[in-house]
Amino acid sequence: MTGVSRLTIVTRDHDPRSEALTADARALGLDAVERIDVADVVFLAGDLAEADRRLLDGILVEPLLQSGEWSTPTANGTIVETVLAPGVTDPVANEVLRVAAILGVPITAAATGRRYEIVGELSGAELDRLVARLLANPVIERWATGTIEPPFDAPEAPLVAALTIPVRELDQEGLADLNRERGMALDPAELLAVQEHFRDEGRDPTDVELETIAQTWSEHCSHKTFRARLTTTDGTVLTPLLHRLRATTEAIAAPFVVSSFVGNAGIIEFTPGTTLALKAETHNHPSAIEPFGGANTGVGGVIRDIIGAAHHPIACTDILCFGPADLPAEELPDGVLHPRRIRSGVVAGVADYGNKIGLPTVAGAVLYDPGYTANPLVFCGCIGVAHDAPELPGPQPGDRVIAIGGRTGRDGLRGATFSSATMDATTGEVAGASVQIGDPIVEKLVMDVLADAHGLYTSITDCGAGGFSSAVGEMAEGIGARVELAGAPLKYPGLSAWEIWLSEAQERMVLSVRPELVAELQARCDRRGVELTDLGEFTGDGRLVVTFRGDTVLDLDTHFLHDGRPTRSMVAELPTPNRDRATSREVADPAAALLALLGHPNIASKAAIIHRYDHEIRGTTVVRPLTGVEFDGPNDGVVLAEPDEAHGFAIGLGVNPWHGLHDPYRMAYTAVDEAIRNAVVAGADPDRVALLDNFSWGDPRRASTLGELVEAVEGCCDAAVAFAAPFVSGKDSLNNEYLGTDGERHAVPPTLVITAIAHVPDAGAAVTSDLRHAGDVLVLLGSTSAEFAGSHLDLVLGEAADPGVVPAPDPHAPERYRGLHRAIRSGIVRAAHDCSEGGLAVTLAEMAIGGRLGIEVTALPSDDLAVALFSESSARIVVEVAAGELDALRHHVPGPLVPLGTVVAEPELRLPGVRPIALDELLTAWSPR
Amino acid sequence: MSRPTALVVAAPGTNRDPDVAFALELAGAEPRRTLLAELAADPSLLDTAQLLVVAGGFSHADALGAGRLFALELQRALGDRLAGFVAAGRPVIGICNGFQTLVRAGILPGAGRRAALGHNADGQFHCRWVELEPVASKCVWTKGIDTTITCPIAHGEGRFVTDTETLAELEANGQVALRYRVNPNGSMNDIAGICDPTGVVLGLMPHPENHVVARQHPNRSRSSAAGLGLRIFEAGVRHAGEC
Repeated sequence: MTGVSRLTIVTRDHDPRSEALTADARALGLDAVERIDVADVVFLAGDLAEADRRLLDGILVEPLLQSGEWSTPTANGTIVETVLAPGVTDPVANEVLRVAAILGVPITAAATGRRYEIVGELSGAELDRLVARLLANPVIERWATGTIEPPFDAPEAPLVAALTIPVRELDQEGLADLNRERGMALDPAELLAVQEHFRDEGRDPTDVELETIAQTWSEHCSHKTFRARLTTTDGTVLTPLLHRLRATTEAIAAPFVVSSFVGNAGIIEFTPGTTLALKAETHNHPSAIEPFGGANTGVGGVIRDIIGAAHHPIACTDILCFGPADLPAEELPDGVLHPRRIRSGVVAGVADYGNKIGLPTVAGAVLYDPGYTANPLVFCGCIGVAHDAPELPGPQPGDRVIAIGGRTGRDGLRGATFSSATMDATTGEVAGASVQIGDPIVEKLVMDVLADAHGLYTSITDCGAGGFSSAVGEMAEGIGARVELAGAPLKYPGLSAWEIWLSEAQERMVLSVRPELVAELQARCDRRGVELTDLGEFTGDGRLVVTFRGDTVLDLDTHFLHDGRPTRSMVAELPTPNRDRATSREVADPAAALLALLGHPNIASKAAIIHRYDHEIRGTTVVRPLTGVEFDGPNDGVVLAEPDEAHGFAIGLGVNPWHGLHDPYRMAYTAVDEAIRNAVVAGADPDRVALLDNFSWGDPRRASTLGELVEAVEGCCDAAVAFAAPFVSGKDSLNNEYLGTDGERHAVPPTLVITAIAHVPDAGAAVTSDLRHAGDVLVLLGSTSAEFAGSHLDLVLGEAADPGVVPAPDPHAPERYRGLHRAIRSGIVRAAHDCSEGGLAVTLAEMAIGGRLGIEVTALPSDDLAVALFSESSARIVVEVAAGELDALRHHVPGPLVPLGTVVAEPELRLPGVRPIALDELLTAWSPR
Repeated sequence: MSRPTALVVAAPGTNRDPDVAFALELAGAEPRRTLLAELAADPSLLDTAQLLVVAGGFSHADALGAGRLFALELQRALGDRLAGFVAAGRPVIGICNGFQTLVRAGILPGAGRRAALGHNADGQFHCRWVELEPVASKCVWTKGIDTTITCPIAHGEGRFVTDTETLAELEANGQVALRYRVNPNGSMNDIAGICDPTGVVLGLMPHPENHVVARQHPNRSRSSAAGLGLRIFEAGVRHAGEC
């Protein structure tokens, strides 16, 4: 029996984590907490001599900053210690093992944990609340008061090849029970199709086969709602949604589209020989129960999508939706983490992955709404580049099935089916195994191996939801493959066959490789310390066969697996939004309203989050999220360009769920408009735009919810045609609902994120939003009318009894954007900023903040002050030009065009009919406290 | 004049090696990127170089504290060779994680003195643009630079810490090379970069390699190109060419 040592590492002076935790504890209403001190603990299995300890001290403890303690420290307050649960990836422990090996210290295992010392008189219930809300997440951690035992005694599950699951004799109820027990999230019709298939085969399925079918047919993987046969409640047949989007892209026939709606990502070509791969994903359910890990692996997953499209990742995006940060603790639903904790975990998770893998996280948005409290949304995007990439032929008979990257563990089992189900109070406990922990360094090494490996493989895909099952299953479609699981490298022993096959362990890619090229790929992997495993071969017989130590555990016809799912038939009840009855607003104190808008968390500065992300790495960032004299004004789109190239590309985002609550069609149309507008304002060519759609919706089996989705897809398609901007990829995440203990279902507001990627012909001419020169004129491009439904004015002042209409599509927008682009290329546009949440007044305030200059407005676009200042009419932009360039601007941009007034040196926003507001006042309101 | 060879070393997780290689190329060097494992297998690679860069990133994910494992492996790989390289007057630069690595390896501040780069005072990672004042020092990498350098920082562990005695010595010896105009992380004496007692080794937290063309500056339409971080690489490459 070997001994276990523990090293407690305490930060000298103050530990900033301690201050943050203490503040968070008080925010939970635990006022008795005086202080929470934090220390790190390293557990080591092995008999250590004093000399060994000194060697480890020399690496693990920095004497100027820390002190190390090999005996259990004495305590003044209550001690709570946490360790990661068995099976959860612990990257620090892995590095400790590496160091020990280098130093020749004999340890057999390592683990890490935290030690919290809580000073203050807490009751037992309060301590439990503190631990549950702040210190330990039971999904990935164990905790104890006092000293905790390290997780070295992980029980090894018995090795089971496969179990046979009798399904042929089950009645409907029996099938439903099986569906529930195994968390398969299949429809009754699908269960019957499975049963029929195995009756035809004359045998019962194995657990491996059932799990594989459930994963392949999950909403997450097969998009059954987007492929479903649709009818309206009055019986009208509708085009299936995915077909509608694809047909729209085909009709637009943009010459720069290389590949759309197939494979891992959309691919476009703005300059000959250079292609961009685009993808945006959601990682909502995992982020709800383990915010750091969920968001972390969301980023890792979408980066792998790009690698899986044979492109080299170059930039990331993130759009985050949270519940209100100031939600009172008593309003928090059961089993749900507080939005503050979700936010800090998600932001840390996004930052950790992007910063460590070395990609700029450049574009994003953060939205707050009570509808996101139980179902936070995390949209992660990635863009990659390839130069003269050869077309991949796809797997050929005889090709090897090669896996590279991370090892396989129990992480993320059944993630695909979990993501397709409704959450409730127990989700965090039962779905614990669905949480993945990322290791960005492993993924970076994989990315580097593949950066110049074109020609070494015939096809590539990533292990995402469904793991090997999904990756190999998709690659084998129509051709067939034979895989032996025993050779798969495991993080720890004891995994059953179905666990290896379905594991969603991160950082793994699967490639089909001609046998004679395996050695070359192996050599490149060896150079960077990446593991490569030969799992089997692509056969050509059309069957997917999986063995475990020689025993067949899965033998399925790939046609049944991919095409055997009965098409869903669904009924949509189309919404009937108000489009005719516009209403205005009475705003008693417009200055106060503007300041309230600037302080609304959706509009207020996001600097505290933006600075957590490295948006400068690679040196390609030309227009960044923040701009201006003090680097704090908000930009619209961002522009990236290689430092030795003139051209680049812009990223614009459009999202507005509050409009969606009233009119999903208009919401979708204007989200496309906003994404394109954001890109064009920064310098992009409006005739070379590609789009991504991401739908996060409630349960589409409810006819009204599906109806909203149908209308949103309509809006997307109509806008895409109007702007001749094709969708090239998309993703839907449905069932973002929480079933409360009261039996009530709470769905997220209909949330559509549109990402626009557009060509920037001259990155040197890119434009930002901050004002430049006193004396310049400010001009509003576009039309303004009373469009207040879902407006931010209503969010701060309360919704009007008759909300009126959501901003309408503007048919003149494409011409306006072309004109603006001509003006930008001519060099006359000094600054430009779009009008979105909060309307014109917010736009002007943000431009003033960025430039630390004032504005004197002398003319407004409407006689109705509320409409002029706060309506959110679409397709509008404020532009700054030199006084002498107004005619030139008119020459380039078709009307309507409203000269608003001038930029002034005095730091003050002067609006007609509103008291002057000092710049400092705007800044204070806009800066989160 | 021939271009000096600049060896850029990357550990697993180093990620700004392409950025610094681009900067070195613009500055007139011939960058050669190598993996730490390759350097360990063939330490004589170092002899082929006139300049050495320990690039930034998250070596080994910073799992045990920034730069600690990189430093251990660098020491194992190069041993006395690195000291010989410095003694020969060949310039060495460690940026961000490279700075943390050189400090952990004891090459900075040098002369048996100890310093450290702790977590930023507010405990947060910061990516933002900063202005750096070159200090009159013996550092070859800032020689001839008398204007502000503007470039981004991107780090969570950049707070320069040392004991009072060492701090006084660094100031007195001309080993403080760069200071923040506005301190972003709580570093003692606003120190952004220090050099070794000979002046050929520079370590700094900010990323001058991300401001090597004027277009990279967020306020390019407001400022001149005077703040280019490229100047630092030009000075280092010039020195490498002279020795």
